[in-house]
Amino acid sequence: MRFGTEIVLVSLAAFAALAAAGLAQDSAFQAHMWVLFFVLLGSAIVLMRNTSFAPAGAASIPLRRDTDGYMDGPVRYGVIATTVWGIVGFLVGVLVALQLAYPDLNIEPWFNFGRTRPLHTSAVIFAFGGNALIATSFYVVQRTCRTRLFGGNLAWFVFWGYQLFIVMAATGYLLGITQSREYAEPEWYVDLFLTIVWVAYLIVFLGTIFRRKEPHIYVANWFYLSFIVTIAMLHVVNNLAMPVSPFGSKSYSLFAGVQDALTQWWYGHNAVGFFLTAGFLGMMYYFIPKQVNRPVYSYRLSIIHFWALIFLYIWAGPHHLHYTALPDWAQTLGMVFSIMLWMPSWGGMINGLMTLSGAWDKLRTDPIIRMMVLAVAFYGMSTFEGPLMSVKAVNSLSHYTDWTIGHVHSGALGWVGMITFGALYYLVPKLWNRERLYSLRLVTWHFWLATLGIVVYAAVMWVSGIQQGLMWREYDDQGFLVYSFAETVAAMHPYYVVRALGGVLFLLGGLVMAYNLAMTILGHERKEAPIGGAVAQPARSLQSAG
Amino acid sequence: MSEKEHIDEVSGVSTTGHEWDGIRELDNPMPRWWVWTFYATIVWSIGYTVAYPAWPLISDATRGVLGYSSRQELTTTMEAVSAEQADLRAAIAEKPLDEILADETLRRFATAAGDAAFKVNCSQCHGSGAQGSAGYPNLNDDDWLWGGDIEAIHQTIAHGVRFDGDDDTRFGEMPAFGDILSRDEIRQVAAHVVSFTGTPSDPALAEAGAQVYADNCASCHGDAGQGDVTFGAPNLADAIWLYGSSEAQIAAQVRQPRHGVMPAWQERLGDPTVKQLSVYVYSLGGGE
Repeated sequence: MRFGTEIVLVSLAAFAALAAAGLAQDSAFQAHMWVLFFVLLGSAIVLMRNTSFAPAGAASIPLRRDTDGYMDGPVRYGVIATTVWGIVGFLVGVLVALQLAYPDLNIEPWFNFGRTRPLHTSAVIFAFGGNALIATSFYVVQRTCRTRLFGGNLAWFVFWGYQLFIVMAATGYLLGITQSREYAEPEWYVDLFLTIVWVAYLIVFLGTIFRRKEPHIYVANWFYLSFIVTIAMLHVVNNLAMPVSPFGSKSYSLFAGVQDALTQWWYGHNAVGFFLTAGFLGMMYYFIPKQVNRPVYSYRLSIIHFWALIFLYIWAGPHHLHYTALPDWAQTLGMVFSIMLWMPSWGGMINGLMTLSGAWDKLRTDPIIRMMVLAVAFYGMSTFEGPLMSVKAVNSLSHYTDWTIGHVHSGALGWVGMITFGALYYLVPKLWNRERLYSLRLVTWHFWLATLGIVVYAAVMWVSGIQQGLMWREYDDQGFLVYSFAETVAAMHPYYVVRALGGVLFLLGGLVMAYNLAMTILGHERKEAPIGGAVAQPARSLQSAG
Repeated sequence: MSEKEHIDEVSGVSTTGHEWDGIRELDNPMPRWWVWTFYATIVWSIGYTVAYPAWPLISDATRGVLGYSSRQELTTTMEAVSAEQADLRAAIAEKPLDEILADETLRRFATAAGDAAFKVNCSQCHGSGAQGSAGYPNLNDDDWLWGGDIEAIHQTIAHGVRFDGDDDTRFGEMPAFGDILSRDEIRQVAAHVVSFTGTPSDPALAEAGAQVYADNCASCHGDAGQGDVTFGAPNLADAIWLYGSSEAQIAAQVRQPRHGVMPAWQERLGDPTVKQLSVYVYSLGGGE
């Protein structure tokens, strides 16, 4: 039996889920345990079928086979999971955008905005982004340490455990199970399970670094490690809670009042800082030099901006609570730490962009590099916008408006999305041993669809956000409020429609990528002329002319 | 992996000598502008934390040399606005409603103030433009359930409608005629009510309903369906409907009437604001 132990463990877990469904104290928990039971039961059956029926070594599309002694199975699965969850996340994003523009699309009770919104944010941040980070970190840490992943099948547990976490989180949201903490909505039992998976991830990553065959640890791994360690700390502290019953879906946080709010935003801000910034900087530090085939611009800059970023980010959370019950001194500190964070953030942008020096001509011919450069450009823009919005005077206008949503999306679609797409385009031919991608022209299509989508999205949200903020604070000359809240909502309608359109463009780009990657994995190559004519010729002639 | 000296051919800059999976790192210095901007933000931050409340101490925090406090800032702003409006507000608190209406300055101020208060407190049910919706009266037309002169409007806003917490609340309740009349009679009377302003589905039905109406409805709604503000009995002859104009909707309202509730605002907002609201609502469709 190839999966003997796994089958026994998964079956036992399925039985435990069944028992929990039987003992459930509330109907939501019961439904959730039924979901878990069927997922685990299905997994056990799949494992058993693999054991008995799969022909060994006959697969033409390698998924689990290793190359060069590296463990690439979980990376291949991770690349596929990233693509699939990405599409799901973008699709739900388009749905919630349309729900805001057309409230009739709220379908009670499962597809209300209140439930689909965390579904969207978790799907893109944790399912798409998280899978991208886990997969690329496993790939990068092996190559830059010249050693196989530590812990044997533990890496597989990390992958599948993380997928189970995603399924439990997503189904929980739709069932209405939430602890109402933004970006940390899953309830206590899902949190506990994620903690186990995350510790396993830390062990695999750290173990691989410990047995590296290189004397030094590459900069990408510093960033990945800081992301894994800090997310563990943030997740555990923010989710400290007392369940009402061991068989119930409700729990109460250990924190209350303003302390609770501050803990939540310490978590929320650093989810951005360590998940969406540090983790993806790790990705950038490997894939840009590889794709461009140039050395990293400055080692000194990387080390200084790494430590400055790590040290400063963790204090910036209070800027989410300007002009609230949070004491003034904490607001001040949140603001000044955000301002000081500006240059450390830009260190990554400089290192990313300047790595292209000597190879800028490749921008013309390589749409993957173009994607990565755009990612870094959006990274630079949002890490300037962030400190700007943390200034109290700016925040008094921008807070609670769509400006924040625009800011988040220029970072999420522009930076996180684009750098991940670039990494996926780099990885797939390597992982499946293909000469090249199915089509570079489709990459160019993806680039323009996504870029246009982001620009439309961000621009529209800036306009609507600032208009919203100005309408809320509009007083007439006698000192009276000019607009009712409902009037400001009505004024947002056209922007919400256009925003959804931007989302559709981004989703279309994602679909083009999924098709391109699938065809590459299946071993097809599209016969096509390169966009922009012959490779590198124009650049040479320009240089000689100059 | 080679630790020995290595120079990048393209840029002519030496690398750190390490190599990971083909990636090297140049030994470029940090850009000067980057370093100096970073220092500048740190210096600015230290200055800001001296000026504003910042560093936590055992039981308090440093107050900052500017003595800033966000609560103080709010209080100051609010007081400045209040001071500007103080005279007009005092006059409104003092004077009776008809005098406020007669004074051009006071009336204009009260209308603007009432408009603002309406947006915060009333628009949720009555709509941003006071246009109402099914079950919530439109305040722009000259059709008033409880009277549309300024005193009547004030009374309604101050004490609410069918509001449990107020002894002076407006109260009127139509009995559920589903327990009193037969199904046929209800259909007849509904057709008759429609005939006040429109064309009933069946004239014979409406004719038969006339007697039912006279026996059961006319005492409150009047012989010609003109209503009575004393009981809040709606006017049935003005083609303005709270719960729908079709015979079926009217029959449903006869069988099992729905009654809206409006909270009393006197306690919550205080008399000056209620007066301002009254002036504003009166400016929309007041009269009668």
